[in-house]
Amino acid sequence: MTRFILKRLAAAVFVLVSISILVFLIFFATPGVDPAARIAGRNADQLTLQQVRATFDLDKPIHIRYVSMMKHLFIDRDLTSYVNRGAEVWPQLTQAIPATLSLVFGAALIWLVLGLALGITAAGARKSWIDPAIGIIGIVGVSLPVYWLGEVVNLITQGRLHATLFRWVPPLGYVPFTQSPSGWFLALLFPWLTLSILYAGIYIRVIRSEIVGLMQEDYIKTERAKGAGEKRILIKHASRMSLITVVSLFGLDFGALVGGSALLTEVVFGIQGVGRLTFTALQNFDLPLIMATVMYAAFFIVIANAIVDLVYAWIDPRVRRG
Amino acid sequence: MAEKLLEVKNLCVSFKTRKGIVRAVNNLSFSINHGEVLGIVGESGSGKSVSMSAVMGLIKDENAEITGEVFFNGEDLLKKSDEELRAIRGKDIAMVFQDPMTALTPVYTIGWHIREQLQLHSDISDKAARERAIELLEEVGIPDPAKRVDQYPHEFSGGMRQRAIIAMALSLNPKLLIADEPTTALDVTIQAQILDLLERLRKTYNSSIIIITHDMGVVSELSSEVLVMYAGRMVERSTKSSLFANPQHPYTKGLMNSVPRVDRARTSRLETISGQPASLLNLPSGCAFRTRCPSAHVACTEQPAFISDSNGYGAACFLLTQGARS
Repeated sequence: MTRFILKRLAAAVFVLVSISILVFLIFFATPGVDPAARIAGRNADQLTLQQVRATFDLDKPIHIRYVSMMKHLFIDRDLTSYVNRGAEVWPQLTQAIPATLSLVFGAALIWLVLGLALGITAAGARKSWIDPAIGIIGIVGVSLPVYWLGEVVNLITQGRLHATLFRWVPPLGYVPFTQSPSGWFLALLFPWLTLSILYAGIYIRVIRSEIVGLMQEDYIKTERAKGAGEKRILIKHASRMSLITVVSLFGLDFGALVGGSALLTEVVFGIQGVGRLTFTALQNFDLPLIMATVMYAAFFIVIANAIVDLVYAWIDPRVRRG
Repeated sequence: MAEKLLEVKNLCVSFKTRKGIVRAVNNLSFSINHGEVLGIVGESGSGKSVSMSAVMGLIKDENAEITGEVFFNGEDLLKKSDEELRAIRGKDIAMVFQDPMTALTPVYTIGWHIREQLQLHSDISDKAARERAIELLEEVGIPDPAKRVDQYPHEFSGGMRQRAIIAMALSLNPKLLIADEPTTALDVTIQAQILDLLERLRKTYNSSIIIITHDMGVVSELSSEVLVMYAGRMVERSTKSSLFANPQHPYTKGLMNSVPRVDRARTSRLETISGQPASLLNLPSGCAFRTRCPSAHVACTEQPAFISDSNGYGAACFLLTQGARS
């Protein structure tokens, strides 16, 4: 197992380095485009261009440029956004990351609990009205767009009912956990619910159909012949096996959300997260910031995948070899 | 005659499908005594496995209709609730299935599976159950059982898995073991080992065994009595020796002739039974085998009665009553 973990982590580092090279090449070594002009922003004067060339070693060979870029980004952490008049990239990122992580972790917890509880219940109650009822909940969840649901939630909690029923809901925005744990929780409660409803809908349906399929397996027949009860078979065998699918799906969703896909939720609830940061960077064509956010997103997706593989090996002994 | 362990009377299993009613098992009656081995032979779809699933109460399909009586130790299993049946399954009647590769939940160790079987029906501590599992694995011939007990199914070969499954099935010393094609998925040398193992365990534990197979070789190896099924009906029942020496039903004869034999000269091609197994949705009137039967005649459009002697041995064929007309 230790060897498996080390191997998997080494692979993750390799992928991260590769991504950084690829991203660097796309943004800074596209033939026929002057990267200095891009970094400096639209209509920059000669002086700024000179300055940009000097800081990023743009007149040096390409491998030195890459090393210099990585040094600015990760070691000196002084990569500066020219478009944004000297705002440093690193602090923007370190401010946005906790917001996004808080949002996604909380939502993930809710949707996993809901998805597993309702998915397993639906699969277990296949012959009663409970299964179709949960099916409808799932479809509704999948069908509600986050931006719409978010606006409706805001309308209710921040609008008319704010003075009475929802007086305890803080104004939109993110409150750091270190500043006030209860404020953090209250500010994120509705964003969590909103974001998790879509995913809960998907997970309910996936888990239910996965378990229904697994209940046809031979080992379920063996369990029945052993005299195991249906509840035990459902929980200990079919649901346990369905976790293998759930984990791989969860890794992909979680990685993507942490990497910036929670953008819509962040915008609707005024949370300054990574999704929003990336969005602004793209609008302004803020190359250093884009470089940083893309690296960050890649980092989290790769880490999420590495963790998924480790969890995978933990729950499925068949992949543990190697 | 000793008291019957299992007695099946007029068992019928049918499934409602969109294309009509499928009569998977039709009027099946047989019995098995303590310590006996009964072989049930037939082609795919002849109703062998379905009838055993019905006996065990394992048919969960809501379109299934099961009628008849299944007496086990004098009690009708078909009248029992699911809860009561569960107490019997695994404890008094155990089952071994065809494909050992898929018969165990892949995420649990072999020891876990055996422990589960023990703990489902008895109060035994984890530690004691583990020790019992090691003993059982040793008994079925798995080398280094103390180490193997903590391994996962995928770390076992097919034959070893089937041994482990047999160990699990026998862990509570069941009165009856139903083995549903236990050797079909294994290669020939392993098949022989598994059959030897079953025979040895039968002697040690004095369990009765019902072995379902389409392989006459397996029947000749193990069983004392044989029941031949075709299209959901029992067509012949006999002791092994008289079945092999003197098969009564044309279908049984066909099965015998289609087995390659080393003691016969290889003068001609192996015989086959012509035609396809009868479709259960569209059975011919009368004897289901008549469309493939070399001795079919006019009378066969009626269902032949099962003509049996006092032991219940006999066949369902007009040839028995009217003599050979050919």
